[in-house]
This record gives sequence, C-alpha cells and structure tokens, in this order.
Amino acid sequence: MSKSIEAIDLNVYYGDFLAVEGVNVKIEPRTVVAFIGPSGCGKTTFLRTMNRMHEVLPGATVKGQLLLDQENIYGSAVDPVRVRSKVGMVFQRPNPFPTMTIRDNVLAGFRLNGIRMGRKQADEIVERSLKGANLWNEVKDRLDKPGSGLSGGQQQRLCIARTIAVQPEVILMDEPCSALDPISTLAVEDLIGELKEHFTIVIVTHNMQQASRVSDKTAFFNIAGTGKPGRLIEFDYTDKIFSNPTEKATEDYITGRFG
Amino acid sequence: MTTTSVDEIVPSKSSLTAGQLPRWTPLAVGGGALVVSALVMLLIGFNLPGWIVIAWLLFVPSMFVATRAVEGHQAGVDRLWTVLVYSAFALALLPLVSIVVEVLTQGLPGVVDPGFFTNTMQYATSLTDQQAVEAGTDIKGGILHAVVGSLLVTLAATVISVPIGLLTSIYLVEYGRDGWLSRAIVFFVDVMTGIPSIVAGLFGAALLLTLVGPQDNLMGFTAACALSVLMIPVVVRSTTEMLRVVPNELREASYALGVRKSLTILKVVIPTAISGIASGVTLAIARVIGETAPILVTAGVATRLNANLFSDWMMTLPVFIYRQLQNPTAPAAPGPSLERAWGAALVLIVIVMVLNLASRMIARAFAPKKTGR
Repeated sequence: MSKSIEAIDLNVYYGDFLAVEGVNVKIEPRTVVAFIGPSGCGKTTFLRTMNRMHEVLPGATVKGQLLLDQENIYGSAVDPVRVRSKVGMVFQRPNPFPTMTIRDNVLAGFRLNGIRMGRKQADEIVERSLKGANLWNEVKDRLDKPGSGLSGGQQQRLCIARTIAVQPEVILMDEPCSALDPISTLAVEDLIGELKEHFTIVIVTHNMQQASRVSDKTAFFNIAGTGKPGRLIEFDYTDKIFSNPTEKATEDYITGRFG
Repeated sequence: MTTTSVDEIVPSKSSLTAGQLPRWTPLAVGGGALVVSALVMLLIGFNLPGWIVIAWLLFVPSMFVATRAVEGHQAGVDRLWTVLVYSAFALALLPLVSIVVEVLTQGLPGVVDPGFFTNTMQYATSLTDQQAVEAGTDIKGGILHAVVGSLLVTLAATVISVPIGLLTSIYLVEYGRDGWLSRAIVFFVDVMTGIPSIVAGLFGAALLLTLVGPQDNLMGFTAACALSVLMIPVVVRSTTEMLRVVPNELREASYALGVRKSLTILKVVIPTAISGIASGVTLAIARVIGETAPILVTAGVATRLNANLFSDWMMTLPVFIYRQLQNPTAPAAPGPSLERAWGAALVLIVIVMVLNLASRMIARAFAPKKTGR
C-alpha cells in the first residue's frame, strides 16, 4: 500500500484552453502534500488529473505523464476505473449517497461494483473504516440510518471512511474542510495525521494554517493573469515554504502581500 | 421596562396596525356587491351567472378604491392583484369542480346497478334495455370487459414505453452530452409530444398490418403499440428532468470509488431519481388511459370479455363510453346506455385519480431519506 506519485511535464486542458501548464512534482509515499494558491490557479484541476477524474468533464484532456510508482496512469491501455480504485478522492462538499444507510455508504465501493461478501467481513470493513475515520463511536448505534442525517462534519468523515474502505494507495482531498466548522475541521485534520501512516495524501486547501498544520510538503500554484495557465511555482518542505520560500511570489502569497 | 405588563405591551390600538382596513372588509364589500348586483338583476330579470359577474365587476374596483383611500396606493395595487389572482384561481377551478360534480351525480346511479362491475355487455340487448325502461327491471350489462381491456392495454403500453423512454433519457442525460444525436432525439421527442392521438392509432394499426396482416392486426396489442407512441415522449421528458436533477457530485463520488459509469447509473443515479421516475411514469399512464381514438382504430369494440392481448377485438373504458353514447344498445330507449356511459366515466376518473395519488405515494415512499438523527 501507499505509492509515490510523479508528474512529468503535465499539461491540463479544458477543450483548447490550457488550464495548468508544465507541472513537475514528485510526491513520496506516506507523506501529506498540500496544494495552496489563489482561486483559479489550477490546484483542484491538477488534483483531479491524479485519479483521472478530470476527463469526466466534457472536453477535458491531459498531456504528459503521471506516474503512480513508475506506472503512467495516462498510458494508452490504462483503464481509468482501475486508477480510481487505487487513488481515492474526498470532495469539497460532503456527498454521501442519499439512498444508502451509513453502513451501505461505507461499503459503497464494494456494493456498487457488485462485490459480494459475507456479513462478518462486511461488518469488519465497516468497523475498521469508520474507526479509521474517527466516526465509529458517533455512529455505531445507528449504522442503518441514512447517511444524509449526519452533520456536515460527520458526513465528510463518512466520505473519508467510504474512501479508505476500498484500501486505495493514495487519497486526494479537495478542500475537505471548506464546508466544515472549526471543530469538525480539527477532527478531519487529526484524521489526516493518522491516515498518513498508511496512505499518501494530497490535499488542496485555501487555509494556509491548515496547510502548515497537516502537511509535510507544500506546493504553491499561481496564475499570471486571467486566461493564462496556472503553474506550479514552488514545491518544498512545508517548514521552508512558510518560513523561507525561494520564490518571491510564494512569499507574497503566504504573507498576504498578494497581487 | 422589565416589569411592563402584557397589557401595556399590546395596546388595543397599536401603532403598527393603525390606518388599516379591518379584516372583515373584503367580506363586507363582497356582500355589498352581491346585494347591489341582485338589485340590478331584479330590474333586468334574474340569472345566476349575471348576478355573480356583475357582483365581481363591482367588487374589484371598490376593494381597490377602499384600500387605496385608507391604506395608500401601494396597498391598493397589492389588494387589486390579490383579488385578481384569487379570481383567476377560482375560474380555473370551476371546470374541474363542475366536471367532478356532474360525473358524480350522473355516474353514481350507473355504478350502483347490480352487476355493473362484474358483467360484460354480452347479455345486455336492446330488449333488456327496453324492459328496464318500460317495466323497471334491473339494467343488465356492465363494464367488466372494458375495465379489463383498459388495464391490459395500458399495462402493455407501459411495459413497452417505460424501458424505451427510460433508456432514451439515460442516453440523453448521461451519454449524449449535447451532441447532434441527442439534440435530434430531443427534437423528435418534442415533435412526438404533439402527435394527434388518432395518428398514433393509425401508426399502430399500420405497423401491425405489415407484421401480421389485415384483420389479425385488430387486437389489444396493436392498441398498446399505438398508446406507447403517445406515452414514450411523456416518459422521456419527465425522466430526463428527474435524471438531470441528480447532483453530479454523486456521480463523481461513485467514479472516485472506482465504479464504472454503467454501474454508477444503475446503482446511484437511478435509485436517487427513482421517486421522480415512478411518479413521471404514473402520470404518463394517467395520460394515455383515457385515450379513445387510437384504441377505436386498433382494438376496435367488443361486448364480451377478452383477456388475450394478441387476438381479437378488445373493449376499453373510453371506447365503451363512446359506443354507449353514439350507438345506444337500444336505440329506442337510450336511457340505460347513458347511465352505463356515465358510470364508466366515473370509474375512469376514479382510476386516473387513484393513479395520481399512487404516484404521490410512490414518490414519497422512494424519496431519499432526509433525516435519521
């Protein structure tokens, strides 16, 4: 489990529009990497290329290589569905399946793929995943209630439980705390700290304190202007980015002297 | 201030309610308008519609003037539009209420006839009808064959239309992506919505004519084919809307778990939209169950029970009503036929109403559960 990710000269397009240009980055296994940068600079777009979710949008394409432990996920014969089962994703807004119970939401990755399993095995997966997402104690007595009845923070942790249930190698998180209150945010941040023992985690965040709290390395993306592509400006250890960045643009952004 | 009593907080004349017309004003003005209108009617001869129209014509401007004088221009205009909107609502309700009342009063005598639901028209002849009128014997004949025919034909049409319609809207929403094919489909579905039902009937008859030949093509299944021509566009339009409102986040959540698109549609999109789909299908059924013309030219008419969709003529409720009115069983004594026609009309309306209620209950039963705390 847990693999490295390496982007080599990655260009991301929406139709003819070049949204992100020339990204080169190497993410080590079992680390947390935060993507920061202003809105519209391509953090989320780049994140979505890492599990081939980008191409779900009409006209969206990718050029370049993205290696998951030396294997190019954009290789010609690669099935995006297999990539996505290895690279899980947690979205900005909690999106549990409204028709399913809490238990079925956790098992969704198996149930939706028609994988059958015994009651005992399913119970084990549910308990392990919910414990892994720090949600077990709150929901263990109402596993058969709808997942949409939980609070926003609980829903987001349910989505994380659903993602880790299928044992991915990498977990991508797209601003997972932006819809949550500070206490739920703390719960998710603590969880990220625990999850990195098993998973490689990439998190997009607008909250620089959050980036400095949870991540080992930080990537700063920026955009030269409207209509220009976003670029990776600097990628380094989080301590260095926030104390002594190499690039002037990074320093301007993290000190708030942006633009 | 903390010890103020309730009486002091709410004085009988509040500054917030000063300068307003009392709440009974509309009643008083309406009553006055009715009285004045009645006086006018006495001069030119009384009739009910004239009385109400003149009262309304008096009521609208006097409410406006009274409100404007006391409460100001804005309140006056507000009151005017309130009155107009309520009037339009009452006007729209009028035909519905009158239909229900008329069908109930005319149809109930037929429905309570002995054997109305258990007999066919096989043994009801012009002789028995004349006896019923002249000697006062029980009216023979019933609608069993028409009810069975209607249900079978509509069921068959549903079985044909729902898979085609649902799959079409899945293509439109999930795969078509606004390409030329999906735009063409949307265009032709819109055109199909406007097809006159008799044309659909002729299509069904012609289609089965080429498949099984003349005479053999007059059967319940042909009617079902004709009805599905009318039903498919309704199903497509309603289910397309329902699939569109399924949030994209749920599809992406499913993809991100490594689930294929086909399984995502089958196990996430459709279950999430199932309540809307079910109620849309029920409304489509209600739409076609009352069709007369396409059935007349495809399933024909029958007086006896025929439960086989694939051979012989078949009766349905709308055609039954039409036949009883146009060709009474006893031309010299059409009373019993009229009674049966009204009774069948009542049964048809009740079936449609039950279907509408069922669609609401289905929608509620399948709706994603919102709470669970």
